Amino acid sequence: MKYKSQKVAYWFFALCMLLFTLQIVYGFIMGFARIGMDGLHDFIPFNTARAVHTNLLVVWLLTGFMGAAYYIIPEEAQRELISVKWAYIQLISLAVVGVIAIVGYHFNYWEGRKFLEIPRELDYLVVVNVLLFLGLILGTLFTGKRKTTTALVLSMGLLFAALLYLPGMIWFDSQVTDSFFRWWVVHLWVEGVWELIMGGILSYLLIKLTGVDREVIEKWLYVIVGLTFLSGILGTGHHYYYIGVNKIWLIVGGIFSALEPLAFLAMALFAVYMYRKGEKSHPNKIALFWTIGAAIVSFIGAGLLGFAHTLPQTNLYTHGTLVTAMHGHYAFWGAYAMIVLAIISYAMPNITGRKRYTQTNGHMAFWLSNIGMLGMTVAFGVAGVVQVYLERKMGMDFMKVQNEISIHFIVLLLCATLFTIGIIMYIIEFIKYGRPTDEALNAESV
Amino acid sequence: MLSKSQARAFFLGGTAVTFLAFIGLTVFSMSPRNDQTNHDKIDAQVVRGKHLWETNNCMGCHTILGEGGYYAPELTKVIERKGEEYVKIVLQSPEPWGPNGRKMVKYQMNDEDAAAMIAYFKWIGEIDLNGFERIVSPLAKDK
Ligand code: HEM
Ligand code: HEM
Ligand SMILES: [Fe+2]
Repeated sequence: MKYKSQKVAYWFFALCMLLFTLQIVYGFIMGFARIGMDGLHDFIPFNTARAVHTNLLVVWLLTGFMGAAYYIIPEEAQRELISVKWAYIQLISLAVVGVIAIVGYHFNYWEGRKFLEIPRELDYLVVVNVLLFLGLILGTLFTGKRKTTTALVLSMGLLFAALLYLPGMIWFDSQVTDSFFRWWVVHLWVEGVWELIMGGILSYLLIKLTGVDREVIEKWLYVIVGLTFLSGILGTGHHYYYIGVNKIWLIVGGIFSALEPLAFLAMALFAVYMYRKGEKSHPNKIALFWTIGAAIVSFIGAGLLGFAHTLPQTNLYTHGTLVTAMHGHYAFWGAYAMIVLAIISYAMPNITGRKRYTQTNGHMAFWLSNIGMLGMTVAFGVAGVVQVYLERKMGMDFMKVQNEISIHFIVLLLCATLFTIGIIMYIIEFIKYGRPTDEALNAESV
Repeated sequence: MLSKSQARAFFLGGTAVTFLAFIGLTVFSMSPRNDQTNHDKIDAQVVRGKHLWETNNCMGCHTILGEGGYYAPELTKVIERKGEEYVKIVLQSPEPWGPNGRKMVKYQMNDEDAAAMIAYFKWIGEIDLNGFERIVSPLAKDK
């Protein structure tokens, strides 16, 4: 750690760990409901659990991105954050809005719009919060000594993510139009601007961990984010095939979304190649595992598994089935959860001055969670393919099919347990690192 | 070899071109001429149905137009599949509905709300879904 204000990141990461834990709890509630153990139905019905599970996911990832920005931007811009006090105010208000939303979901205070369940009134608070965050980050970046490509790409991703939240707040009478613009948020986030955030964090980590020349890394960063937008913007069409809009999207969405994996492939090749090329052997191997892991798993989860159902001919049958849930889990895990866990693993020794990366616990956390999540993906996948076949091809009744596939949810729960053990180990490591200290200033191993 | 400024030009250029194309296509598919949804049939009842759909987060368990949770049946063609009476009974059931074991939330809707929900489902059911309507609803007459 070179700047005192980077310590702010710690508290964002801590909030991240807390929300992630809760997300998993609600995942289990749904998993059990699916095998008939729905004892909580009267208090936490499936729709509540689902809204909480997916919203906590989005919020902990955003909290992680914010923490990452507070850690990375001062170092890239070579100055302290413009205001530490306001950064803490931003953190607390974020947590408050999050808590109100999550509690509200238990009392029917929500808008049933998948992934955007936060009610409109709270949306305004989210907007204010994010504006404050952006003010702090951009203010630091543009008054700093240098404006690196890495910092620009990261900040641009965060800025666009905020702007793209707005179309999701417009009110429409038609379900179709509502859904059309909902995708401007959901799709253009995960297959657009969030990739810029991921790319920025990835490039920062690779510069630090491999010692490869910044100019080389940042050149490829431009190529990657170029591929992202080139394919991802028109790729939005893959959500427009069958919701009641013009057929033109079958062609446009089909072609461009089929190109989307290229950006993820580029990311994976980039990370592996820079790692090979690097002369530096950074002692923080755990951070390295998460970093390279994120690049590779995102290619599998988003790129390959996304491609598996993105052509209109396939999506006609898989649209809105558990096949989508399979892809959703592995893509979010690989691309965004893993990159957040990577930056936390990298930052913690530097913020706290304790070098716990020699411990085997951190490695166990990596492998258990990854094996667990892979198993969960396979379980969802098998259930999904069987569902598509029986329900969509053979015309069997929905609930009959669900009873046929409930066995796969037992497998899902077993794998989820393995996954959770891995995450618990990660969080124990996080706690053992302790609080940030000023002694850690300039003491990091470079 | 590619230089950094060329890489940046690729990024900015590609983004600008595809973004403009995206806006153009959006305008195209939103134009009334290309409407596939019978937009003019959206009346106060349908809007009220949509409101109920949202305030109860029905999408948290069911899919509609293929979007939502995967816990409960797809509802795009529910009126055609089950009929209005059946849907009304489900919405007004005094016990959590669940003939196959898996439970729905107990809504006990009044007649007015149930009618609005049905109007909404009917409107949804008439949308031209580019072929998906035959996959989500394997009715005998489609075969
Ligand atoms: C990190 C990047 C990605 C993440 C986090 C992600 C996540 C998701 C999620 C959560 C959904 C479910 C959305 C819903 O139904 O509301 C979804 C749907 C979908 N994704 Fe992705 N995705 C990513 C990248 C990709 C890529 C690169 C492709 C294509 C190559 C792709 C293809 C699809 C398709 C076709 C659907 C629609 C499935 C359906 O019709 O039910 N995704 N994605
Ligand atoms: C203990 C671990 C977990 C369990 C048991 C679990 C289980 C579930 C279940 C049952 C659903 C609902 C599927 C349906 O509608 O029927 C779901 C949805 C979802 N979960 Fe998880 N989950 C877990 C962890 C995670 C993690 C770590 C992530 C992200 C990295 C995640 C991301 C998602 C997403 C994006 C959806 C929405 C998928 C869609 O709509 O297509 N889950 N989860
Ligand atoms: Fe998408």
